[in-house]
Amino acid sequence: MGLTLAEKILSQRAGREVRAGELVVVEVDQVMVVDSIAGSFFKRLQQLGAAPRFPEKVAIVIDHVAPAANVEVAKAQKEIREWGNRYGCRVFDVGRGICHQVLVEEGLAQPGGIVLGSDSHSTTYGGIACFGSGMGATDIALAAASGRTWLRVPETVKVTFRGRLAPGATAKDAALEMVRVLTADGATYMSIEIHLLDGAESLTRSQRLTLANLTVEAGAKCGLVVPSGEILELYDVPTWLYPDPDAVYAKEVEIDLSTLTPRVSVPFYVDNVEEVAAVRGKKVDQVFVGTCTNGRLDDLHEVAAILKGRKVAPGVRMLVIPASSEVLEAAAADGTLLTLLQAGATIGTPGCGPCMGRHQGVLAPGEVCVSTSNRNFRGRMGAADAEIYLASPRVAAATAVAGYITTPEELEVARA
Amino acid sequence: MPRVWKFGDAINTDDILPGKYAPFMVGEDKFHTYAFAHLRPEFASGFRPGDILVCGRNTGLGSSREYAPEALRKLGLRAIIAKSYARIFYRNLVNLGILPFEAPEVVDALQDGDEVELDLGRGLLRHGERTYQLTPPPDFLLEALKEGSILDYYRKYGRFPGEGGGG
Repeated sequence: MGLTLAEKILSQRAGREVRAGELVVVEVDQVMVVDSIAGSFFKRLQQLGAAPRFPEKVAIVIDHVAPAANVEVAKAQKEIREWGNRYGCRVFDVGRGICHQVLVEEGLAQPGGIVLGSDSHSTTYGGIACFGSGMGATDIALAAASGRTWLRVPETVKVTFRGRLAPGATAKDAALEMVRVLTADGATYMSIEIHLLDGAESLTRSQRLTLANLTVEAGAKCGLVVPSGEILELYDVPTWLYPDPDAVYAKEVEIDLSTLTPRVSVPFYVDNVEEVAAVRGKKVDQVFVGTCTNGRLDDLHEVAAILKGRKVAPGVRMLVIPASSEVLEAAAADGTLLTLLQAGATIGTPGCGPCMGRHQGVLAPGEVCVSTSNRNFRGRMGAADAEIYLASPRVAAATAVAGYITTPEELEVARA
Repeated sequence: MPRVWKFGDAINTDDILPGKYAPFMVGEDKFHTYAFAHLRPEFASGFRPGDILVCGRNTGLGSSREYAPEALRKLGLRAIIAKSYARIFYRNLVNLGILPFEAPEVVDALQDGDEVELDLGRGLLRHGERTYQLTPPPDFLLEALKEGSILDYYRKYGRFPGEGGGG
């Protein structure tokens, strides 16, 4: 019997064939720490009496509250800079961008590698077939101190996307559909292995990162997209980095992209996924485009294409926060930002923005937000009863123009 | 006697500690006082050391924030009984010395406010006339807990439980 992609990566790293259910201790290529966790991370290292074993394999990214929103945060971020200097670890400072986007841009995540992050959306690296997994401060500190981590080799759920995306549908809709089908704990402790077939191979790196990003919303340990298409052009993909044809899966799911319609995740759970039609007309106060899920250049392009020549509806705040400084620079160079600004959008510092309700767009009681982010839990972006609807950048842009939840296609009909 | 604080399914880390109350937002000395601030504002002041949390399915999903269970630990939580756990949260609990028991039938039998006695070492839960034997976490994790925590284990042996040899 063959091996899944997760088994391949962990076997290669363990130096022996390992299978689902076994415990392994493996070396990691990169340990990623975010600003909001750094304090706990330092505390745990202190408890261990240890320093980073391989300083070049530890990166701290200041993104969760960047720039600092209050004195406590400013103190924590000052400590991060001092600590990075002392131990020779990389620190990506205010404005560089969101951890996952930055690690991909910097080449610190590579196909076939293992990256542990202190952020749950570290599954994102799976978009380039890198074993990315989120852990808490203690596990992350142990990985920094030892250069290794312990893992239970996961069982695998195989998700096959077939065909080309239907007009109006995006990778975000595909990802939300995957979470709906699997449910929020349908892949707990497991690897989600994503196969792109019959035209779906054309999905770009950015779109693959979106798919892998949301695998954690089905509970997954990692979400690995089998390399093809653009990934083969961008990376030197190892020849062993493919699942065997006779690999064993715990569950198999197929999703047809050619018939997919725009989706929205309704409060207060990510797997509460509906067609946009089900909530069409819901009035919104804020629209947020950004995050590790959908803050890349292609996302901003989609938004600009819809906002061009239009205005954000009166009474709606539209925030656009590019995922990184590279994205921001490219969007400035190609005119995207100007289009967004002319439509009435506000541009924020690259980083996580209001995704977890700490700054730059916190919601008041009773407010409604359409967000391209990845979680709509109660109170996530501010007041406990504020509502977050998760959607694609296209739906977010159309909603900003209309002032209520809608799609670009309906916007066209309304204008005609 | 310790009491049960019962919650439903899919209690996420935003419920346990909303992001705006992270220690790096409000300070190391205060963050635990905001545990369950949205869902049950009376929780942090009413919780007594030794009380136990009883939760449904997929407990602890969401952000990795270890400081969420750490807030519970600071309030004196030593054990959770749930129908199932999200992955990162489960590791965090063990790493913080909070025992995660998985026992759906016990969860269904307990009500919020019930008085119980829990023998952590033996995994015995007494509830009125009934006694339940709870299944402990896997050996690998217990081996680390015997030393106090996985941090203590690593500091002492320089390796992970189950990992052959030194270094």
